[in-house]
Amino acid sequence: MSQNIDKDLEQRSLDAMCVNESKLEHKWFHHLKYVIIGILFGIIFVKAEIISWFRIQEMFRMQSFHMYGVIGSAVFTAMISIFIIKRFNIKTIYGEKIEIQAKSFSVGQIYGGLTFGLGWAITGACPGPLFAQIGTGATVISVTLLSAIAGTWVYGLIRDKLPH
Amino acid sequence: MIEFLKEPWAWYVAGPLIGLTVPALLILGNKSFGVSSSLRHICASCLPANIPFFKYEWKKEIWNLLFVFGIFLGGVITVNLLSNPDPIAVNPKLVAELATYGITNYDNLVPTDIMNWETLFSLKGFLMMVVGGFLVGFGTRYAGGCTSGHSIMGLANLQWPSLVATMSFMVGGFIMANLILPFILSL
Repeated sequence: MSQNIDKDLEQRSLDAMCVNESKLEHKWFHHLKYVIIGILFGIIFVKAEIISWFRIQEMFRMQSFHMYGVIGSAVFTAMISIFIIKRFNIKTIYGEKIEIQAKSFSVGQIYGGLTFGLGWAITGACPGPLFAQIGTGATVISVTLLSAIAGTWVYGLIRDKLPH
Repeated sequence: MIEFLKEPWAWYVAGPLIGLTVPALLILGNKSFGVSSSLRHICASCLPANIPFFKYEWKKEIWNLLFVFGIFLGGVITVNLLSNPDPIAVNPKLVAELATYGITNYDNLVPTDIMNWETLFSLKGFLMMVVGGFLVGFGTRYAGGCTSGHSIMGLANLQWPSLVATMSFMVGGFIMANLILPFILSL
């Protein structure tokens, strides 16, 4: 049985970002906090116009500092935060040790990265903004989202044939 | 206060707030910030089709789906309560360039002149929404993450593969925006 669990974790770890398996069981309402963080995150997305197709076009034409400022200061803030968490061994609110998985290199980061970059500049959105754009009433973007899900599905289908 | 909230937020306000999402998720639930994995969880929950990549217990990653549902709700709330009444102000050079393609409506976050239900069935709309979306979904998973997972979470955790991925995102974006997109927009 424990072997099965290990196998499942391994399976989820393939190219995944989120493999933090908590040993703790929580009541369902504990998950609501993720909805709340998502809402706050979505509000920032819209208010800072990060999800705007026009801002993405400016960024890739080097016509505005806005997006570079947003991403740069976000990375800086997150970096300091992670440093503090590690330095002072800060635990989760449930007292668990905070663990962050290291990322291993694969050529997929180059091929996949270029592919995503091409798509990002056409749609003006990375995956997060797609959800927010639909929320702001751009209902047609649900087609873009479905197509992105299809893209992920096709990747899963042909994964073994691609160089990694 | 409400007036301030209705204006567009400067990068030095929005950037640090986005950065704080990283420690918030870590401290509240030991979760590494990332969005594109949600697309994989949707595949795993709706259409795993016996593909090994989608055969896992997606319910263990339900937090990620709730997070993106929250992002959707954030869009709904902002547009209804905190919406900026003015059109988005962009670089005049971009305005001039886009006008040559007939893009003049800046009232929405997406260019409604070319992204709407009618244009979806034209070649231009199909390339921009359907093909573009496919590249986003395929590319992020192949790269193992998107702007949030690699460019923010990965870079903040000093992971060099994330730097490689981020540079690849930017190169792809520059090529598309400057060399390919002008052809698509003039279709």
